[in-house]
Amino acid sequence: MSALLEVRDLSVRFGGVIALDRVSFAVEAGQVVALIGPNGAGKTTLFNVITRVYRPAGGTVLVDGDSVLAIRPHQVIRRGLARTFQNVALFRSMTVLDNVLVGDHTQTKSGWLQASVPLPGAVAAESASRKRALEMIDFVGLGPHAQRPVAALPFGWQKRIELARALVSRPRLLLLDEPAGGISHEEVDDVSRLLRRVHKELGVTMLLVEHHMAFVMGISDRVVVLDFGKKIAEGTPAEVQRNRAVIEAYLGAA
Amino acid sequence: MLQRIRTAPPRYWLVAIVVIFFMGFPTVISSFQTSLWTQALVLAIAIMGLNILVGYSGQLSLGHGAFMALGAYTSAILAHRYKLDYLITIPIAALLTGLVGFLFGIPALRLSALYLALATFALAVVTPSLIKRPDALTGGVQGILVIQPDPPQFAQDTFATVTGTVMSSDQWIYYVALFCALLLFWVAWNLVRHRPGRAMRAIRDGEVAAAASGVNIAGYKTMAFGISAFYAGTAGSLFGLATGFVSPDTFPVSLSIQLLVGAVVGGLASIPGPLLGAIFAYFLPIESNQWVPSQAWIPAQIASTVKNAGPAVSYGVVLIAIMMFAPNGIVGLVNSGYAALNRRLRGAGDRETGQMPPDPQTV
Repeated sequence: MSALLEVRDLSVRFGGVIALDRVSFAVEAGQVVALIGPNGAGKTTLFNVITRVYRPAGGTVLVDGDSVLAIRPHQVIRRGLARTFQNVALFRSMTVLDNVLVGDHTQTKSGWLQASVPLPGAVAAESASRKRALEMIDFVGLGPHAQRPVAALPFGWQKRIELARALVSRPRLLLLDEPAGGISHEEVDDVSRLLRRVHKELGVTMLLVEHHMAFVMGISDRVVVLDFGKKIAEGTPAEVQRNRAVIEAYLGAA
Repeated sequence: MLQRIRTAPPRYWLVAIVVIFFMGFPTVISSFQTSLWTQALVLAIAIMGLNILVGYSGQLSLGHGAFMALGAYTSAILAHRYKLDYLITIPIAALLTGLVGFLFGIPALRLSALYLALATFALAVVTPSLIKRPDALTGGVQGILVIQPDPPQFAQDTFATVTGTVMSSDQWIYYVALFCALLLFWVAWNLVRHRPGRAMRAIRDGEVAAAASGVNIAGYKTMAFGISAFYAGTAGSLFGLATGFVSPDTFPVSLSIQLLVGAVVGGLASIPGPLLGAIFAYFLPIESNQWVPSQAWIPAQIASTVKNAGPAVSYGVVLIAIMMFAPNGIVGLVNSGYAALNRRLRGAGDRETGQMPPDPQTV
């Protein structure tokens, strides 16, 4: 039985800079895995390789044992991988509902012709989409604000909208890039609770990049530590916290 | 049914009023003015096509006049040489132009915004001379005469019963253009509020996030090009019918610019925008060329310059004003005016007081 996600010997180079150096780890279905490391360690780069934004110099990324390096970026979500972005990449001219509806893109099929007339199939698909999107907006706690444009909403809300957009595609694996980044202390606890619900109620496996240590230690089953593109440690939160290499990477050599 | 009519949102009423207005319009204006409004409607179709491409999918085209030319010549050649009924040639021209636009959209994928603008502009520049070349087919510089059809019997009868006058061929062509415009505006409205329209807007707002949501970027961008050209082809075909004549000079570079000005002035990424933009872009040069020389206070030199330079001057002035005072076009202006009025009527909203609504509960 192969892991849901397996990264094997992955290397990425930007010119002369080695952003990732033969990184390997796996995410088993049902787990919450955190990816930590100092700034510039290659965490977001790793996300971007998995979602086919960057092309790796070597190594493979396997989903259910099949390589995803041959598929195109828009097909990644059809393999059950959805993601959020570090600096929030919402569709800024659109409403909350429309943003989440874009996330539902792969759940329906109605194309140009069906929509242009619009045929009953497209109408039914549309109302089913709206129902799913509104449910997901409710789930992240923004139900009353579905019709508002996203651009004017606070950053913490925008992160939840992004989460809803990713979740509405019914992913098996959710890649979260700093879900607690840039939000207030009180909100961090809210996000932590919300993600626990995503894990328990929706049964979504999660791989998350995060700097907020209390948050990481509270939510994850396993932690993978990167430093300068290399994996320096992996284990349970408790193991990683005691790891000498990790302490050195964060605090500098004693 | 009655209940549904009573609870229909105000914009549906507005649409109904506009449709009724355009239906009745030719019965109260002269035949000559009717043909001007036909051309404005045709321009509205082309601008809607450009709006789908630029406003919704976020790709720039400075060469949509070339697609209009293709549509016009397809119809004219089919009608003139192969003696097809002109009305039948309209969908043929539209489909052919759509296909060509789709194919053009494939290499366009590789171009960044600036280079796409240049490539489409080049298309607009070469089109007139390209048309002149195969003169056996296109009639060269002379162009092709399009015989304007007489209204069919059912239209004549209906028109006579309603107005008591005889329907002219200009009026018939007006109604053909109006039918096409209504149909294509309805189709555009359906597209943009369903899955394909959202996908296009998502691409415009952020390609990486759109792809991560499963939107096939290349597929939607080329399809947007194809649909946009389909609209331009329909418009070109109708343009030939409306003017009774197609020639290389019917499709100068300035036509492509006129389309873009209309799209921007009306309001990008909106459905009423192209109609307003078309009326503006079509009638502004005509009106200003009459108005400016008639004003005694404008120095004769300026007046004659404006007259000679034609649309360029009035477009320039109005475009600068629009960009400064209404960057979202006429539709944007109306929307913000309506919102301001609403706020005034209902008291200050949360935006005015600077207070965000309370944070939602996360269990």
